[in-house]
Amino acid sequence: MLVELGHFALILGFVTAIVQMVVPMVGAQKGWRAWMAVAEPAATAQFLCTGFAFAALTVAFVTSDFSVALVVANSHSLKPMIYKISGVWGNHEGSLLLWLLILSGFGAAAAWFGGNLPERLRARVLSVQGAIGVAFFAFMLFTSNPFLRVEVPPFDGRDLNPLLQDPGLAFHPPFLYLGYVGLSMAFSFAVAALIEGRVDAAWARWVRPWTLAAWLFLTIGIALGSWWAYYELGWGGFWFWDPVENASFMPWLFAAALLHSAIVTEKREALKSWTVLLAIIAFSFSLLGTFIVRSGVLTSVHAFANDPERGVFILAILAVFTGGALTLYAARAHAMEAKGVFGLLSRESALVANNVLLAVAALVVFVGTVWPLVAEMAFGRVLSVGPPFFDAAFTPFFVALGVLLPFGTLFAWKRATGARVARQLWPAALLAASAALLGYALGSGRSALGPLGLALGAWVIGGALVDIWSRTGRGAPAARLKRLARVPRADWGRALAHGGLGVTIIGIAGLLAWEREDIRVAQIGDSWQIGRYEVTLDAVRETEGPNYLTTMADMTLRADGAEIATLHPEKRFYPVAGMPTTEAGIDGGLWRDLYVVIGEEQDGGGWAVRSHVKPMANWIWGGAILMALGGGLSLTDRRLRVAAGARRAAPSAVAAQ
Amino acid sequence: MRRLALALALVAAPAFAVEPDEILDDPALETRARDISAGLRCPVCRNENIDDSNAGVARDLRLYVRERLVAGDSDAEVVQAVVDRYGEYVLLSPDASGANLVLWLAAPVLLLVAGGVAVVSIRRRAKGPEDRLSEEEEARLRDILDR
Repeated sequence: MLVELGHFALILGFVTAIVQMVVPMVGAQKGWRAWMAVAEPAATAQFLCTGFAFAALTVAFVTSDFSVALVVANSHSLKPMIYKISGVWGNHEGSLLLWLLILSGFGAAAAWFGGNLPERLRARVLSVQGAIGVAFFAFMLFTSNPFLRVEVPPFDGRDLNPLLQDPGLAFHPPFLYLGYVGLSMAFSFAVAALIEGRVDAAWARWVRPWTLAAWLFLTIGIALGSWWAYYELGWGGFWFWDPVENASFMPWLFAAALLHSAIVTEKREALKSWTVLLAIIAFSFSLLGTFIVRSGVLTSVHAFANDPERGVFILAILAVFTGGALTLYAARAHAMEAKGVFGLLSRESALVANNVLLAVAALVVFVGTVWPLVAEMAFGRVLSVGPPFFDAAFTPFFVALGVLLPFGTLFAWKRATGARVARQLWPAALLAASAALLGYALGSGRSALGPLGLALGAWVIGGALVDIWSRTGRGAPAARLKRLARVPRADWGRALAHGGLGVTIIGIAGLLAWEREDIRVAQIGDSWQIGRYEVTLDAVRETEGPNYLTTMADMTLRADGAEIATLHPEKRFYPVAGMPTTEAGIDGGLWRDLYVVIGEEQDGGGWAVRSHVKPMANWIWGGAILMALGGGLSLTDRRLRVAAGARRAAPSAVAAQ
Repeated sequence: MRRLALALALVAAPAFAVEPDEILDDPALETRARDISAGLRCPVCRNENIDDSNAGVARDLRLYVRERLVAGDSDAEVVQAVVDRYGEYVLLSPDASGANLVLWLAAPVLLLVAGGVAVVSIRRRAKGPEDRLSEEEEARLRDILDR
């Protein structure tokens, strides 16, 4: 019964979305206030309907209602509760419902907190948001209905893909979707502004927090996915340039670019048409990401989501929205006259450089991702584009970004003096040089990667420190230290996010340059040395988890004779899904992870065992957490608070500059 | 019953990426083998190199690469031998020949174009129209000054 109600709620949501798409837009064109006012209750109703449908599906999963086809295919009564819940979005239909829930949630938030927006703009934004909703409701109802029943309910379900039964991956999709869908707000604002033919500082101030929120969620989502790959896939990589990873990375890059160009639009009323274009592109790449994941057109390790027919539907959605928005852009972009004037050496130019690097980097990732498809269709060449290509083509962009970043944050608006900034930055340069020396002294790295990566990371972190210090004005150091607490949160957020990027750079460089590995056959009781650590294989036993069987090893880790940890790498087998997984045993730390994996029992006795020392591994995700925290801190700044859009006349708006 | 399932699973379970018995005694050769492996795609896998893959064919390829290395082939010869067998599909970094030039030149060309457009438009704007007053504004200014 509840399932049918959920289905009904979904249809009702579809109808509401159609109303939300049509009525406010007509109202805004004709100037009918009553019609425009329909947007808000429609957005609320759409959210409530989707929320009800989502709750109904969740109940079906939690109670293991095996009369629902989706539950049969993706759940099992023995599965732990958290994975029953995460199973709701661990499949195509359910993840789309989550997508819709978040989409309508953003729409409702814009309706509730958008009281300060100009009436017409708000009506148009909500209408565009409604249109996106219509497309996805239709997609669900016509191709991917989650509420279908089976005629003869089976005794038990077929279980969720065991790889997905993991805390890291349980929350990876929701965060990614919050990011993907968050960019729909930027898109709606861009399209609404194009229809109005007006982009001003207030508009940019409205777009920024939504974009920042979307970028923040994408950062968390990508970091969770990367962390999961690190400990779950069993060889300790953190990024594979897999098409599906790229699908989430491209919107992240574009969102980062949009974030920065919107600053210029807000503060200086320049780069208007570029910002609008970027908003359109960023969301288009979110849709493209959905297409890549859902269609399976590019083979990847995430292939559990393949379905070509649905892919065509998403491609149509992508074509309509991107094509429509770009056409509108071509027709209207000239109306957006730039006001700000700035020199070649200025904060504006630095942000343009940031945009050029981020956007081109994203396009390079895009070209690399779709190239196998293009080459096969157009030239009949079956080929692969993998990590070696992306490393070579992408890394220079991030190195350039890192080098330029500290300059950009210190340049003044309009016209900067290079000498002054260089004077400010010498401590950061010193920090970078000492980091390089330290890296060189540590030696044994395979290339210059280690020292240079450390130097770049230290340079970016040092730049962030100088940046925040420069916000304290002039005077005695003690007085400036006291003023540090009164620096606006947006400035702290920026420094924190930029510093986080430096931390991640150090983590990646350290891991790639100084990783150690040992592969061997170990008998029970054997000990071996890796770096300054000694690993002992104490025992291997076979036990059972709630819904799996496992071969678990007990290993003791000693450093300089003293025991520091006991590790339990596992090899699991999920009988229902018939799939094995590996669980690495990891002793995490600030400076290194010790990472052990247990393999096969050997014919001649003993077990295959791999052990790695992974230096600085946690810095990779630590940096991502800092970036997300920085974004969050910026969002709580008074100036940027989501509802503060209309305070454009307030003089405090430029205080920090 | 469960024990049995586990035993069966262990038999059927895939191998373990690089296995201990594959590793060459000569560390220099082994390092070269690893570098080569990182650039070769496992032909039956989804976007995995042969070092990370658990598939049987990946193991065969790893052994083949080492065999050739021990026989004294250069890195390029080993890669070419694998490509001759499986086609360019196994190259994770496609060669820069023919249409693939588009792929390899995308980054520098896009950067030059985007950077060029940015510099030109900033230059033009830097000495843009706002620096000078329009005729109308000049007239008004004169009017005010004359008063």
